[in-house]
Amino acid sequence: MSVDILMPALSPTMEEGTLAKWLKGEGDTISAGDVIAEIETDKATMEVEAVDEGTLAKIVIPEGTEGVKVNAVIAVLTEDGEDASAVSAPTPSATEAVTPVDEPEVIAAAAASAPKVEVQSDPDIPDGTTFTDTVVRDALRDAMAEEMRRDETVFIMGEEVAEYQGAYKVTRELLQEFGERRVVDTPITEHGFAGLGVGAAFGGLKPIVEFMTFNFAMQAIDHIINSAAKTLYMSGGQMGCPIVFRGPNAAASRVGAQHSQDYAAWYGHVPGLKVIAPYDAADAKGLLKAAIRDPNPVVFLEHELLYGDAHPVPDLDDFVLPIGKASVKRLGTDVTIVAYSRCVGFALEAADKLAEQGISAEVVDLRTIRPLDMDTVVESVKKTNRIVTAEEGWRHMGVGAEIAAGVTEFAFDYLDAPPMRVHQADVPLPYAGNLEAMSLPNADDIVAACKAVCEGM
Amino acid sequence: MSKDAAPKRRATPKLKKDEALKFYRDMLLIRRFEERAGQLYGMGKIAGFCHLYIGQEAVVTGMQACLKEGDQVITGYRDHGHMLACGMEARGVMAELTGREGGYSRGKGGSMHMFSREKNFFGGHGIVGAQVPIGTGLGFANKYLGKDNVSIAYFGDGAANQGQVYEAFNMASLWDLPVVYVIENNMYAMGTSVQRHASETELFKRGISFEIEGEEVDGMDVYAVKKAGEKAVKYARSGKGPYILEMKTYRYRGHSMSDPAKYRKREEVDDIRSHHDPIDGLKEQIIAQGIASEDDLKALDKDIRAIVKDSADFALESPEPDPAELWTDVLVEA
Repeated sequence: MSVDILMPALSPTMEEGTLAKWLKGEGDTISAGDVIAEIETDKATMEVEAVDEGTLAKIVIPEGTEGVKVNAVIAVLTEDGEDASAVSAPTPSATEAVTPVDEPEVIAAAAASAPKVEVQSDPDIPDGTTFTDTVVRDALRDAMAEEMRRDETVFIMGEEVAEYQGAYKVTRELLQEFGERRVVDTPITEHGFAGLGVGAAFGGLKPIVEFMTFNFAMQAIDHIINSAAKTLYMSGGQMGCPIVFRGPNAAASRVGAQHSQDYAAWYGHVPGLKVIAPYDAADAKGLLKAAIRDPNPVVFLEHELLYGDAHPVPDLDDFVLPIGKASVKRLGTDVTIVAYSRCVGFALEAADKLAEQGISAEVVDLRTIRPLDMDTVVESVKKTNRIVTAEEGWRHMGVGAEIAAGVTEFAFDYLDAPPMRVHQADVPLPYAGNLEAMSLPNADDIVAACKAVCEGM
Repeated sequence: MSKDAAPKRRATPKLKKDEALKFYRDMLLIRRFEERAGQLYGMGKIAGFCHLYIGQEAVVTGMQACLKEGDQVITGYRDHGHMLACGMEARGVMAELTGREGGYSRGKGGSMHMFSREKNFFGGHGIVGAQVPIGTGLGFANKYLGKDNVSIAYFGDGAANQGQVYEAFNMASLWDLPVVYVIENNMYAMGTSVQRHASETELFKRGISFEIEGEEVDGMDVYAVKKAGEKAVKYARSGKGPYILEMKTYRYRGHSMSDPAKYRKREEVDDIRSHHDPIDGLKEQIIAQGIASEDDLKALDKDIRAIVKDSADFALESPEPDPAELWTDVLVEA
């Protein structure tokens, strides 16, 4: 009996990868545990081990193939004694992409098709600027590399940022360019290295502290708030702390409650901090450069599930965006959807669906959580008279609560319906796939909320 | 406290006149300043938390003598002595204690949160142990920038049990950072004696697992402090990495002003005061060696009392911060 060897999922968020290399050939005898192939994801190169033993009868996916979906058949194994030539292998058409590439080393920029952004409302981009599709991960990397070239006092520290090239490959190749003095692998001690970073900032440097995820920054939150955010005030203005705390925030994929939390509302609560949570690659780049240059502590919330999404990034030598400015990502007249980070994508998707149903939604991407650009939100609500907020955080004391309070305060007379909030269910995030999906907000939740506020329109 | 907790003072060799008088003067300034602060607290002029340094003066005074321009100092909340030792003005410190405009933080920090970039004093930190990674980061910056400066991170025996201290030790040793950790072991973490809070009470050994050398020092003897400090600072400055000094010392007052110190006997305090006081000890030697007379020292004390009185007058006369100050210094304007 033959056994199909399937493209394995090598990380919680992997959907596809490149079959970089076959280490066994057709006709080879395979024992369980043998490394048979190498697979590249957008984060890493991994070895594939055989689970069963037998003879490698047929290689279905040739090496160098990009975009091989998880669970696609990549080869067929026969048990001993079986006639390998008798195996009828599935055709390569079982996979969507089968283009061998010349440089399997190149990390695939093959992006999930992120919802299209209609409005580039950044006056900072001159007419005639060209754009290059860039994944968020690389936009962040480019921002750090550019700022490190520009300013010798900028350095990055964190777990696996150097030799490993970043747990999520955001710091890829920085070690090679800047060396170990400026790209510093730390022990797994968030409390300690966050405090050390604050001290380095007091001592004249501009640290970028990467948390592998913001979930682990809970161990360091004392230094982020008590040491970084408050010291300028407590010192009567003497002790500025130019530091960026960055890393992926909010839910990933099936990693359970302790590894899936949105901290925007937590840090957004604290005076003395700036808090940024971009959605697209251009904003990620322009705002991270701004964060590194900012003389204040900045919490920069990224999203693991957005790292691989490609968006156009302007081809400018020095593209820096203002902190504290929201961006209208889509114009509309009937309802305003206010979101940040991954929920911007859901909001854009929802706006498409709503358009099909005759509802015109405007999408405001907050980009910065603190300072919060209520002006842009209020201006939009004055036009649409309805508002829905969307966040991956919990509802209670959340970002949506703050926005709702703001529009009630500043645009009360313009509201035709009470604000509605879309958010994570008020439970720790469950592991089970169905429960996780029920817990997290999505485009349909936003559609439903928009239709509710537009009822009787 | 056991009788041997603060080791007997060793016989000191011939003292240099200028240095001896400077030590005496600096320690006396801290003591008189702190006595006055305690008094103003009792009068309701200083509020909140106020942790006095009385009894521990030899530690900062001796360590400061080992430093050079650009070396940084950072400590926890028992910090007034460190500020004065760093050369910060008594007026500015006292006015911060009274929460006035003339204070180092313009009244917005208080007893536990004062800083001086000019004097390289980096606070003044209210969270137990937090200054240890921060001080380690100052050392990191020195090394990164190619400076041959050393950062001195002070913390107490209580903070020595904090996890982040060991996270910092690990990185400082791993990366050979120029940091001297000075553990001011005053025998009590608030009201809990070191025997009751620490599994290993010889705190200078706490760096062993990180390959950080440490030694125990008589923190009631300014010369013993200086001698150990010079060795440790030289070690760190030469690029060999961090060093730990455990200063055996004692605070005469409670943990803070609101602490009646019922956890120790009056006799214990009296014994240290009578037999180990750092200022009295130095005074005896100064007189015995003929460096100055009793009258000379009385005159010096008078000068210091005048400085302290002036600082208190200033601190009481300085106005409260302008209401507009409420909104300033939250963020640096880019």
